[in-house]
Amino acid sequence: MNDNCVDASKRWFLTKAATMAGAAGAIFAATPFISSMQPSVKAQAAGAPVEVDISKLEPGQLIRVMWRGKPVWILKRTPEALKTLSQLDSKLRDPQSKESQQPQSASNEYRAIKPEIFVALGVCTHLGCAPTYRPEVAPADLGPEWLGGFFCPCHGSRFDLAGRVYKGVPAPTNLDIPPYHYLSETQLLIGENA
Amino acid sequence: MKILFAIVILGLTFCAQASEGALPLAEAEVDVFDLPSVHRGAAYFADYCMGCHTIKHLRYSRLAKDLKLTEAELRRDVLGEGGKFHDSLLSALDREDALKWFAVAPPDLSLIARARGADWLYSYLKGFYADSTRGTGVNNAVFKDVAMPNVFWELQGLQKPVFKKHDGSEVLVGLELAGEGKMSPQQFDRAMLDLVNFLVYAAEPGQFDRLRLGKYVVFALLFLSVILYKLKKAYWTDIH
Amino acid sequence: MALEKDKSLLGWIDERFPLTSFWNEHLAKYYAPKNFNFLYFFGSLALLVLVNQIVTGIFLAMNYKPDASLAFDSIEYIMRDVNWGWLIRYMHSTGSSAFFIVVYLHMFRALFYGSFKKPRELVWLFGMVIFLLLMAEAFMGYLLPWGQMSFWGAQVIISLFGAIPVIGEDLAQLIRGDYVVADATLNRFFAFHVIAIPLALLGLVVLHLAALHTVGSSNPDGIEIKKNKDENGIPRDGIPLHPYYTVKDLFAVSVFLTVFALIVFYMPEFGGYFLEHANFEPADPLRTPEHIAPVWYFTPFYSVLRAVPDKLGGVIAMGSAVAVLFALPWLDRGEVKSIRYRGDLFKIALVLFVISFIGLGILGTRPVTPTSTILARLFSLLYFAFFLSLPFLSRLEKTKPVPERLGHSIIPLAEREGWHWRWIRNGLAWLQTTPIYRCLQSQCWQCIEIIKKNCCKTKP
Repeated sequence: MNDNCVDASKRWFLTKAATMAGAAGAIFAATPFISSMQPSVKAQAAGAPVEVDISKLEPGQLIRVMWRGKPVWILKRTPEALKTLSQLDSKLRDPQSKESQQPQSASNEYRAIKPEIFVALGVCTHLGCAPTYRPEVAPADLGPEWLGGFFCPCHGSRFDLAGRVYKGVPAPTNLDIPPYHYLSETQLLIGENA
Repeated sequence: MKILFAIVILGLTFCAQASEGALPLAEAEVDVFDLPSVHRGAAYFADYCMGCHTIKHLRYSRLAKDLKLTEAELRRDVLGEGGKFHDSLLSALDREDALKWFAVAPPDLSLIARARGADWLYSYLKGFYADSTRGTGVNNAVFKDVAMPNVFWELQGLQKPVFKKHDGSEVLVGLELAGEGKMSPQQFDRAMLDLVNFLVYAAEPGQFDRLRLGKYVVFALLFLSVILYKLKKAYWTDIH
Repeated sequence: MALEKDKSLLGWIDERFPLTSFWNEHLAKYYAPKNFNFLYFFGSLALLVLVNQIVTGIFLAMNYKPDASLAFDSIEYIMRDVNWGWLIRYMHSTGSSAFFIVVYLHMFRALFYGSFKKPRELVWLFGMVIFLLLMAEAFMGYLLPWGQMSFWGAQVIISLFGAIPVIGEDLAQLIRGDYVVADATLNRFFAFHVIAIPLALLGLVVLHLAALHTVGSSNPDGIEIKKNKDENGIPRDGIPLHPYYTVKDLFAVSVFLTVFALIVFYMPEFGGYFLEHANFEPADPLRTPEHIAPVWYFTPFYSVLRAVPDKLGGVIAMGSAVAVLFALPWLDRGEVKSIRYRGDLFKIALVLFVISFIGLGILGTRPVTPTSTILARLFSLLYFAFFLSLPFLSRLEKTKPVPERLGHSIIPLAEREGWHWRWIRNGLAWLQTTPIYRCLQSQCWQCIEIIKKNCCKTKP
């Protein structure tokens, strides 16, 4: 076994070429396997936009619909409740909703396309629990300063009626608002911007 | 040795003859890449088959994507206005009703093309003939005493069987057109081929990806084989 | 220098774990005979297929549902809705057939070159247990799609256990966990298929390789290379497994993968042999398919079963057809290992054996006819006759002298002895004089010229 110079360089070159081709092949071969763990077409179809009829929604009433397996709240806010929103700015972490997720059309002080109809994902931004709807003013357990909002029983996070998070609670950001738009005056499509 | 080979060959030819049907199957020249044909087939399916049969493993949205149709085009030809785009091709027929009317539930046709084969389907669809002894008024040349009525009789026209005496019993040897339908025989054959094309597609929607991707994978592996062969050669020069 | 080496990562590991010594013992300083031919590829290819089955199996198990009411639909869910699910499923289904092709050729190689003989009896026995487990793995895996063939195939095979006297019926019921093949059967087969048997298989592969690396690999000449070592204690006819056989096997792997990809992408059903047509219909306990045949790799043994006109007798015959393979190292008494130096008697017997094995396989895929039954009986007799005659045959045969050193990996046609090789040589020589051959030859040269021209064009 006496290696000569030519042989060694040829071997070196071919070894590198084979390694590179093999590595590229391995990456290509791994792609389908990793991709197969993504949501399937079935999951995507189940996550398709949902139509909601809001014609029967009473002021102060909250309904829940499922979109992509998550609860979506649709709340008809009363004029009194809308007035409270502007009083709270000093107690909120992010009153202008600069850090939170909402579609462009709902980036306003009411965090909604139409002020009275509030749509949000009912998932606490802390660790994914479901906050409860607490519209009453100053109940015994939430203290005299409570003007109505959402309270997460898991770790005590508090949100106002626009889903904005209070200061000094574990949740880092305001409640997320899913993409949605109005199909008509009384028809909402959740899951898709206009 | 030679006797043994002779026995093997004799045996194999005998085995090959053992599988014979009533009528030889017509050959269906299937081409799933003929998208207009699959499209027409899907429309026939929606019009004539979906009253009873389902394709529960195929979604409208998938069909539209594979046939390169928009949602509006698919709604016009296959889905209709009311249906949901992500649903699968389900029939309006209730299973209990079907059992009452046909005594058997019409099977789901998602995989029928893979279970029966395209030739069989093609021959079956063209193989209905008048038979007054049957409740449906028809019988089938490749599927004897089938419970399904001939939904295409208006298009095809009525076929009559041709029998021949063979060893004392009547044997079906062919079919002939007794009354004309809305389509000429050529048009009808084309329509049934479209339908078979659609069913072949529906049995494996992934076949588009499979057949398109295959050549790249094979060529890449051939390329890798060449490099590895040279690598092997380069190492084995010192082995004598 | 030594200090430096100790400080390296490898040194750090070697102080705690035998990495370098393991590498040397099994790859870089494991000396394999230098004249392996293509028949020696199938061991490493079997390992490759095993890895393929495990990896694709894991990903299939993520979406498969072992429930009689959901199983069939979940396969179609994988085929249509899961991203790339069709590819993963076809790789798994094609892999199972590829596994048996590779393993049958691997076993044939052992038979051909006497690799099972002393001192490699344990290598053979471990390998046979692997084969047995593989059959169980394949059989149980075949139930999982819950199609007509899955259901009725399992029904038939489990019923075979019922033929065993006294305990048979109870045993069959224990395997099924119900009075017929049902949800309970599917669920437990899933557990065995994805956990129990793969674990056992992996363990046995380790044992198989450990036994092999203790005694060393055999070769096409059937000579022990360890008997002829140089002054450093290295076999004169041995070469290190790495890099020589690793690069050679890598080439084999890529050729294998090319063929594998051709099947996966262009004929995954393989004409109804890899994926049977009847299995595209969901299992229906009320209606048997017209013709039940096991998947092709079981058909030789299935044919033996059908050839015996008695239930218990058939089961015993089929069982013995597998069991007799375990006894092979003790049935073949001949000293000479390789077919190259064995007598004509053995060669003829081996040809008859291979014909009968393939013949049984072909017959097993087809419906029973009077002729096929006669043929199946003849082939079954030949199958057993091969093994039972081996003890006598191996003593009677006239062997040729075995050389001291290794020869060719494949003997060139010109050097082959015997009337049949002479006949082939003459035939080929005659073929080369025909105009068709010359025409084809010139065509080939033209093709090569065109390829050369086009490939070199891009270079300056």
